[in-house]
Amino acid sequence: MATRNKIYRVLIHILLIIGSFAMIMPFVWMLLTSFKTASEATSMNPFIFFPPKWRIENYIDVIRQNNFLRLYYNTFSMIFWCVVCAVTFSSMAGYAFARLSFPGRNFCFGIVLFQMMIPTQVFIIPQYLMVDKLGARNTIFALVFPGLVSAFGTFLLRQFFKGIPVELEQAARIDGCNIGQTFVLVMLPLVRSGLVALSIFTALFAFKNLMWPLIVNSSTDYATLASALAKIQSAYSVKYNILMAASVLAIWPVILIYFIFQKQFMQSVATSGLTM
Amino acid sequence: MIDPGEAIMVRQLKPKLPHHYTKYSYVYAAYQEGLKQMKNHLSKARMSEWFWGWLLIAPTTIGLIILNIIPAIQTFYLSFFKSGDFGRGNIFVGLENYKKLVHDPQVWGAVRNTLLYTLLVVPIGVFISAVLAVLLNRNLKGQGIYRSIYYIPVVSTPAAVTMVWRWLYNYHYGLINYILKQLGLNPVNWIDDPKVALISIAIVSIWSSIGYNMVLILAGLQEIPKVYYEASNIDGANAVTQFFRIILPMISPTLFFVVTTSVIQCMQVFDVVYMMIDVARPSYDRTVSLVYLFYNNSFKYLNKGYGSAIVMLLLLVISIITVIQVKLQKKWVNYTS
Repeated sequence: MATRNKIYRVLIHILLIIGSFAMIMPFVWMLLTSFKTASEATSMNPFIFFPPKWRIENYIDVIRQNNFLRLYYNTFSMIFWCVVCAVTFSSMAGYAFARLSFPGRNFCFGIVLFQMMIPTQVFIIPQYLMVDKLGARNTIFALVFPGLVSAFGTFLLRQFFKGIPVELEQAARIDGCNIGQTFVLVMLPLVRSGLVALSIFTALFAFKNLMWPLIVNSSTDYATLASALAKIQSAYSVKYNILMAASVLAIWPVILIYFIFQKQFMQSVATSGLTM
Repeated sequence: MIDPGEAIMVRQLKPKLPHHYTKYSYVYAAYQEGLKQMKNHLSKARMSEWFWGWLLIAPTTIGLIILNIIPAIQTFYLSFFKSGDFGRGNIFVGLENYKKLVHDPQVWGAVRNTLLYTLLVVPIGVFISAVLAVLLNRNLKGQGIYRSIYYIPVVSTPAAVTMVWRWLYNYHYGLINYILKQLGLNPVNWIDDPKVALISIAIVSIWSSIGYNMVLILAGLQEIPKVYYEASNIDGANAVTQFFRIILPMISPTLFFVVTTSVIQCMQVFDVVYMMIDVARPSYDRTVSLVYLFYNNSFKYLNKGYGSAIVMLLLLVISIITVIQVKLQKKWVNYTS
C-alpha cells in the first residue's frame, strides 16, 4: 500500500513537472530569442536553442525606437489612478450598500448589478465619444476614464463588509463615532484583505487591457505597454528577436511584483471566488 | 422635559386613556411632548444615516450612470444610425444596420467562431484546471512552487504572451514545428491554416487561464471539511468514489462560478485574436470574434452605428447563454448552506 502510494506521488510529480514545463517554456523561449541575432533566431540547420553570445543589441534597438520609460510611466500612472479610484469609491459605496439603509438603496444597487451583467464592449463607443468631446484623447486621464468607478469593486467590498459582525460597528457607534468615523476608523481596517484583493484585480485588469488604450490613445507617447506592443508588432512584423526583447521589457515589472506579492495574488483570487 | 424612555411608557398608556381626557390635561400634554421628542431623536438619527448613505454611494452611482447607464442607452440608440462621412453627422437609418447584420456572412461567421472558441476553451480549460487542483490538494511537496508557476501566465499581458506564441507557432522557424519535425511529423501551419488557427488561439487562451481557474478551484477544495474524507474512509470509499460523491458536489458552486465567468470572458475574446491574426491573413474569416469584428467596424472602418448593432448582438448572445446556464445550474450545482 505504502509503495503504491509512493508510485502515485512520483507519477503526480512527473505530470505536474511536465505541466510546469509547458507553462514556463514560452517565457524561456521569449528570453532566449531576445538575446539572439535575427539569423540565429531563424537558423534551422543547426537549430539554435541557446544564443551563442548573449547580446543586448535587440534591447538597445527596441528602447531606442520606442520610449520605454514613457511607456512604463504611462502604464503605472494609469494603474495607480485606477487603483486609487476603485478602492476609494468602491469601499465607500460597498459599506453603504452593506450596512446603511436609506431610500433609493436598492435602486442604486440595481445599477451596480446592471453594470456587472452587461459586457463592457456595450459602453465603449459612447465612452470614447465622451473622451473625444472632452478633448481628452491621448492623456493619462483618458486611460483611467472607464475605471473611475468600479461596479465589480463595489460588489466585492459589499460582500466583505457584510462579513463583519454588526456588534463591532455598534460598539463604535455607542462610543460616539458618527457613521463616517465608524466607516473610516473601524470598518475600513477590517476589510483590508478585500482592499488588497480589489487593488490587485484592478491593477492586473488595467495592465492587461488592450482595446481601450488602443482606441483612446493613438499617439505612441500615451500608449500603455500592452497597446505599444501591438504597434511594435506591426512595425517589426517578423523580426522576432526584437519583438521578444520588447515583450520581455513589457512583462518583467509585473512578473517581479507577482513574485514578491505571490501570497496576496493567490488570496485575492481565492477570496473573490468564495465571496461571489 | 420628558426623556424618551418615559415617553414610551406614556405612549403605552394611550389605550388606557379614557376618552374624556382633554387636550389640556397634564398627561396628554406630557404624552404629546414625549412623542415629539422621540420623533425628533429618531428622525435625526435616520436623517444622518440617509445623509451618509447618499454621500457614500454618490461617486459610484453618479459615475456608473455617466459611464455605463447612459452609454448603454446611447449604444442602443446609435445602432439605428449610420455614421456620416468624416465621422460627423449621424444619419437615422432605422433597422438598416440590423438588416445588414442578419445578411452579413462575416457576422454569422464571427458568432460561429466565438461559440466554437468558447466550446473549445471552457470545457478543456476547466477540466485541466480541476485535475491540477485535485492533484495539488493532496498535501504534495512543492505545492506552492507548482501553484506559482502555473499562475505566471495569468499575470502576463496577453499582448506579450500572444507575441511569443505567434513566434512558437511560426511555420518556418517556430519551435513547435521544429519539435514536430524532429518527431517525424508534418509541420502545421498554425496561424495561416483556416482550419487550425482557431485551435491555436484556443490553446493560448487555455494556457493563460489554467492558473487562475486552478487557484479558484483549489480554494473551493480547501473549504471541504476533513471529516468528510475521514468518514468516507471509514465507510470504505476509494479515491474515485470520494471524487464523485464528496469533492464534485462540494465544489460544484465554485465550478459553476468558474464556468460562468470563463464563458463570459470567452464570449468577449479580443486580445489574443487581435494580436495573432491580422485582417489580411487567410484565416481571418475563420477566427474573427464578435468583439474583434465590433472593434474593426467601430474604430477601423469608423462605422459606429454598425459596430453598435454588432455589440447589441453580442449582448443578446451572452444573455441567452447566461439564462441557459442559470437554468442548467439547478441540475448540477449543490448549495449546501
